[in-house]
Amino acid sequence: MTDAAETTHRHIPDRLDNPIKSAVLSWETLLVLVAVVIFILNSLASPYFLNAWSLSDLTFNFTEKAVIALAMALLITSGEIDLSVAAIIALASTLMGMAVQWGVPTPGLVAIGIGVGLACGAFNGALVTGLKLPSIVVTIGTMSLFRGISYAILGDRAYGGYPSDFSFVGQGYVWWVISFELVLFVFAAVLFWFALHRTNFGRQIFAIGNNAVAAQFSGVRVARIKFVLFCLTGLMSGIAAVMLTARLGSTRPSIAQGWELEVITMVVLGGVNILGGAGSITGVVLAALIMGLVTFGLGLLNVPGIVMSIFIGGLLITVIALPILYRMWRERRA
Amino acid sequence: MIRLLKQREVMLLAIIAIIVALVTTRSAGFGRPGNLTAIFNDTAVLMMLACGQLVVILTRSIDLSLASNLALTGMIAAMVNAAMPGIPVEVLILGCIVVGGLLGMFNGLLVWKLNIPPIVVTLGTLTIYRGTVFLVSGGTWVNAVEMSDRFKSFTRAEFLSLPMLSWIAILVIALFALMMLRTPLGRAFYATGINPTAATYAGIDVGKTKFIAFTLAGMVAGLAGYLWVSRYVIASVDVARGLELQVVAACVIGGVSIAGGIGTVGGAVLGALFLGVINNALPVIGVSPFWQMAISGAAIITAVIFNARGERRGGRIILKTAEAG
Repeated sequence: MTDAAETTHRHIPDRLDNPIKSAVLSWETLLVLVAVVIFILNSLASPYFLNAWSLSDLTFNFTEKAVIALAMALLITSGEIDLSVAAIIALASTLMGMAVQWGVPTPGLVAIGIGVGLACGAFNGALVTGLKLPSIVVTIGTMSLFRGISYAILGDRAYGGYPSDFSFVGQGYVWWVISFELVLFVFAAVLFWFALHRTNFGRQIFAIGNNAVAAQFSGVRVARIKFVLFCLTGLMSGIAAVMLTARLGSTRPSIAQGWELEVITMVVLGGVNILGGAGSITGVVLAALIMGLVTFGLGLLNVPGIVMSIFIGGLLITVIALPILYRMWRERRA
Repeated sequence: MIRLLKQREVMLLAIIAIIVALVTTRSAGFGRPGNLTAIFNDTAVLMMLACGQLVVILTRSIDLSLASNLALTGMIAAMVNAAMPGIPVEVLILGCIVVGGLLGMFNGLLVWKLNIPPIVVTLGTLTIYRGTVFLVSGGTWVNAVEMSDRFKSFTRAEFLSLPMLSWIAILVIALFALMMLRTPLGRAFYATGINPTAATYAGIDVGKTKFIAFTLAGMVAGLAGYLWVSRYVIASVDVARGLELQVVAACVIGGVSIAGGIGTVGGAVLGALFLGVINNALPVIGVSPFWQMAISGAAIITAVIFNARGERRGGRIILKTAEAG
């Protein structure tokens, strides 16, 4: 991800933009607009959409992926990437399923899920920061490795028989239509927003993403922070594994297949620069909401999942391309 | 001798030979020429795709849409064949190369003209192309009964006791090797990846070079689309799912640097062959095929660690670059 030659050309303005103007023209505003448009389209297209329970079901569509996207946003902002998140879910879920067969109670299962996630993240982080390897290939490797272990343990079988109080994590409601998953996600989003935008730690992530060498010379412990971010991404994947396993009530090695790409799509759609150095949690949360709206709305219209993925892919490219095309058009006129 | 062993291609070849020898001691049939050509034929598509991916990675890009491209062109070829069996297979193959090339061009254009990072572009087209397979086919399969005999037999026809599929792979590999070693374009790929700024000063259009790399990779994927459908006699939405990362894995195992500019056709091909030999050896030595994924994962990680050591030794560092972080 360190593409020095291409990232050094940064435009430095003479004076800062008018704060109101820049807020109106910001990425987040664009995302809010897109979300509102899709929301209106959804309610026009299907009579079943505008209903508290429908909207509650909608949140199940994205919370698990969005929980990972929060941590992934920090990781990508720092200039690294983790393609193994879905494989971590598979491994964590498999080991939780194994623990069930030994009669481990719910708190133990949750601890195993989160612990496995954290361990996998630490493994990625150690390889990337300790051995100074490119994260994209390391995590392509661990992606095969983690899911491969899951396949080696389970083969074509499945684990089930999770205790009934375990299912609350994935299926329970805290109050009326507000699910436990949603509360967990909102809580995590606030924490991550605070960490990225209001703490030293967050500023250091941006510094690393913009210029790792300069950050190093400014006294930022680059390797340590990157390691922490990999651990964090693993941890959130572990939490997502607990949520997903509790919701489905069973584990197969193919669980969460392809989620890594959806999580990254969420992050990039949220305005995080894939080359590092820029991004916001608000954007990521909005992007998660948009993806939830798109898939749920199309689902109500009986559009198959594979066709939805065209929309998601198209959305990703269009949302990235439009501002670039707009800038090119403006430069040509100037 | 030691210098020879340090070369990635030689080392990989030696490792592959050792694996084959070890497995043969367990099961005598494994090392037979007949079985080895079968493994080669099995890996033919992966080797070709690895060549395509190689040129893309060399230019500091990555193409995650190759497997989806393969599935889409394969489906189109199968449907055209089912609807109009009269069209000769040779024309169909040409058509596949053109369609695959166009899909690759689309990636390349977005990277070249809009400067969108390749991983974002191909992440998008990965899902778009795969979804289009569903749109084109309506979610149905094209199976053996609907395909014409020539469509199915073309890849199986043997010449010098090697199936046509293997010969096509050999031809593609040879063409890529020739291009990399003997043409200005091949050198432009390396120059673009090693140092884009210097390449620009040397008169190479970096963006256009990337565009050409994506187009070439797409053409290979298109060709592979027909070959895959003809060999496995099935075209469906799920064809070659997950192959995109195996192709990257083959390149990495073959010593191709993900940072661009380093890698050879021989390395990429041997990387693919390594994965093919492992996949074929596991059932023979009684290891459950479910271990396959974990083992290739471990192989990738080991290869990356080796690559990094090799790359650090190569070249003299005059000024510490941004990679020191």
